[in-house]
Amino acid sequence: MELTTVWFILIGVLWTGYFVLEGFDFGVGMLMPVLGRGEQGEVRKRVMLNTIGPVWDGNEVWLLTAGGATFAAFPHWYATMFSGLYLPLLIILVALIVRALGFDYRGKVDDPTWRKRWDLAIFCGSAVPALLWGVALTNVVMGLPIDATKEYTGNLFTLLHPVGLLGGLTTVALFLTHGAVFIALKTEGDIRHEARTLSLRLGAAAAVLAVILLVTINVSTGSIASWIASVVAAVALLFGLFAMSHDREGWAFVGTFLAIGAAVATLFLALFPDVMPSTTNAAYSLTTTNASSTAYTLTIMTWVAAVFTPIVLAYTSWTYWTFRRRIGTHHIPATSAGTIRASSERP
Amino acid sequence: MDAVDIARWQFAIVTVYHYFFVPVTIGLSVIVAGFETTWLRHRNPEMLRLTKFFGKLFTINFALGLVTGIVQEFQFGMNWSDYSRFVGDIFGAPLAIEALLAFFLESTFLGLWIFGWDKIPPKLHAACMWLVAVGTLLSAYFILAANSWMQHPVGFKYNPTTGRAELTDFLAVLTNKVQLVTFPHTMTSAYMVGGAFVMAVGLWHLRKPDVGKNATMYRKATRIGAWVTLVSALGVMVSGDLQGKVMTEVQPMKMAAAEALYNSEGSNAPFSLLTIGSLDGSQEKFAVKVPGLLSFLATGRFDGSVEGINEIRAAYEKQYGATASARVFSQGYTPTIPLTYWSFRIMIGLGVAGALIAIAVLWSTRRDRIPHHRLWFWTVLATPLLPLFANSFGWIFTEAGRQPWLVFGVMTTSHGVSPNVSGGEVWTSLIVFTLLYGVLAVIEMKLLLGFIAAGAPDFEEPVDLADQDENAPLVFAY
Repeated sequence: MELTTVWFILIGVLWTGYFVLEGFDFGVGMLMPVLGRGEQGEVRKRVMLNTIGPVWDGNEVWLLTAGGATFAAFPHWYATMFSGLYLPLLIILVALIVRALGFDYRGKVDDPTWRKRWDLAIFCGSAVPALLWGVALTNVVMGLPIDATKEYTGNLFTLLHPVGLLGGLTTVALFLTHGAVFIALKTEGDIRHEARTLSLRLGAAAAVLAVILLVTINVSTGSIASWIASVVAAVALLFGLFAMSHDREGWAFVGTFLAIGAAVATLFLALFPDVMPSTTNAAYSLTTTNASSTAYTLTIMTWVAAVFTPIVLAYTSWTYWTFRRRIGTHHIPATSAGTIRASSERP
Repeated sequence: MDAVDIARWQFAIVTVYHYFFVPVTIGLSVIVAGFETTWLRHRNPEMLRLTKFFGKLFTINFALGLVTGIVQEFQFGMNWSDYSRFVGDIFGAPLAIEALLAFFLESTFLGLWIFGWDKIPPKLHAACMWLVAVGTLLSAYFILAANSWMQHPVGFKYNPTTGRAELTDFLAVLTNKVQLVTFPHTMTSAYMVGGAFVMAVGLWHLRKPDVGKNATMYRKATRIGAWVTLVSALGVMVSGDLQGKVMTEVQPMKMAAAEALYNSEGSNAPFSLLTIGSLDGSQEKFAVKVPGLLSFLATGRFDGSVEGINEIRAAYEKQYGATASARVFSQGYTPTIPLTYWSFRIMIGLGVAGALIAIAVLWSTRRDRIPHHRLWFWTVLATPLLPLFANSFGWIFTEAGRQPWLVFGVMTTSHGVSPNVSGGEVWTSLIVFTLLYGVLAVIEMKLLLGFIAAGAPDFEEPVDLADQDENAPLVFAY
C-alpha cells in the first residue's frame, strides 16, 4: 500500500478515535442541564462530571494528534482546511477552552454563581464543537470552493448549506446518544435509569438524521466501501439501542461506539482519494498525492506511529479499566476536594 | 497595521501567554513528584501534605496551559498557512510526535494522578506524576526541535518542483546544534520558575504569625524551592552562555542586535548594562559598559572580535539580495533593535535577580530562622514572576531577533502568512483571544491565590486499597 494511503487511513483513525471518545464527553456536557435537574441536581451534575473526569483530557489529545498528523503527513490539507475554516475553528477553540476550564474549575470555589457560569461554559463548550465539527467535516467531504493555488475562496456562510447543517445536527444527536449511554453505563441509581430512557429517544432521532446524512453523502460522493461503512453504522446503532432496551448498557456502549466510528469512517471513505475536493474545479482538488509530505517524512512518521500507538492504546485502556466502577450520588463527597469559599464569604 | 503585523501580534500574544503556564508545569511536575516519592520513602506526613498542596496548584496551572496549547496546534494552519505548506514536511513531524509521545502521556497520567488516590497503589500513583514530568520533557524536546529548525534550518533541501523545503535527515533536525543548547537552557529556566514558585509560596506561609507547627513544613518547601531555583539558575547560566556562542555563529545578527552593536568591534567588545539613546538605538547618550564582556559572551574570549549590525546587514544583502529585502520587509535585514536590546537585558537581569533572592532566602532561613523584615513581603510577591518573565523575555528576544526571517535564511515572516485569511478575520481572532485570555488570567490568579492562601491541607491517612468500602465517597471528585 502507498504510504500516502496508509497516512490517509491513520488520520481517518485519529479523527475516528477523537469522535468516538470525545463524543461521549461532549454528550455528557450537553446532558448536564437535562439530567442534572431537580432537588439533587448539583450532586447529579457532579456524578456526571466525575464519570468523564479522569478521561476527557486524554480524549481531547486525539484531536491534537489528528491535527499534528495532518500537518506532518498532508501539509496542504492542514493549511487549506485550517485557514479555510478559520472562523468555525476559532469558535471551536474558544468553546474547547471554556469547556475544559469548566470541568477543572467548576468545583474549586464553593459559590452557586461561580458554578452556574461554568455549567454554562461546559454546556456551550460541548454543544458548539459537537455541532461545528459535524458541519465542518460534512463540508470537507461534500467539497468546498478551492482555487488553483489550493486556497479556500468561500466564507463562513458557504459552510451553512442544508447538508452541512444536517451534518452538524447528526453529530450533535449521535454524541447526545453516546453520552446518555455512557452515563447509563457509568452511574447507578435514578440517574442511570433516566439516562437509559433518554438514550433510546435520542438514539431514535440520531438514527433518522444519520441515515439521511450518510445516504446523501454516499449518493453524492460515495464508494462501495463507504456504503458498507454506512450500513455498519446503522446496524451498530440499532444494535446499541436494542441492547439498551434490554438493559445491557455495556453492549449498548459498544453499539454507539461502533456506530460513530463507522459513520466517521464513511465520511473518510467517501473522501478518498481526495482530502479536500474542490467544487470550483475538480482539477484543483487536494488529494492524498498532491497534498502529502515526502516519502521520507512519511516513512519516519510510520515508524513512530507503529511503535508508540500501541503503547498509547495500552495505557489509555488501563486508565479506563482503573476507573471502571460506577459512580452514584453517595460516592460524591460533601464538598469538592479542596474547595475554596467564594471571596465574598471569606472572613 | 497590515495582515502580517496583526498575525504576528496574535502569535506573540497567544504564545507568550501560553508560555506563562508551561514553565510552571515543567518545574512543578518534578517537584511534586519529588515530594510524593519522599513521602513514600520516609512516611513524613508533611511531605504528603506538600504533595497535595502543590499538586492542587499544579493542576490549576496545568488546565490553562493545556487549553492555550490547543490554540498553538491550530494556529500554524489558521494564520500561517503558507508557512505550513512550505515547511510541513519538516515542521509537522515533531508536532505530531509531540502529541503522540508527550500529550497523551501527560494528560492520561495526570488524570490518573488527580483521580487515582483511592484507585491505584501508592508507588504507581507517584510514578504517574513522574510520567507527567517525563511527558513535559518529551514535549519540550520535540517542540524545541521544531523551533530550533526555524532558528537554524538543517537536514533539508529546497525542492524547486514542489516549491517547498523537504526533509532529508530527521536525525539532523533532532540533533541540531541550536537544539542541543536550547533544550537545556529552556528546561533549566523552567525548573527555575518551578523552584521560585515553591520557594515563594513556602516563604509566604512561613512568615505568617500563625504558622505555628506548620513552620517546619513550610521551611522545607521554602528551602527546597530555593535550592531548585539556585541550582537551575546555574544551569541556565552555563547553557545560556553556550547558546550565546552558538547563536553568534549561526545568527550573528541576533547577537549584534542584542547589544545594539552597529559597528564591528575588533576586540574587547564591551557589554552595556543599560543605554540611554535614540529610540532605534543607533545613537547613545549615556551607557554603563563592561569592557570585553560582549566579546566573551559571543566568542568565549575577552579579546574576540564581534561583528556589527551594519557589516552583517551588508553581508546579508549580498547573500540574499538587497532589492528583494526592500520589497518584502520595510526594515531590511535588521531586527527591531530596541526590542532585542532590552529584552536580552531584562531576561538576564530578572534571572540574576531570581538567583540572588534564592541565595538570600537560603541565608535568612538557615537553621531555624524566619525572615521577618517587611521587605520580604514584597520579595515574596515578586519572586516567582522574576524567572517567569525572564522566560518570556528570552523567547521575545530569540523570536524577535530572528526577524525578518521566519525560517532563518530560507523564508521571511511576511511570506508565511495565510493569503486567504482577511485582516478582519485575524483582527477578530486577535480581539477574541486577547479578551478571553485577559478574563482567564483574572480567574486563574483568583484561584491560585485562593488556594495558596488556604495552605496545605491537613494530613489524612491514605486509603488502604485492600480494605476499601465500595460505597465510600471518592477521595477526589470534581
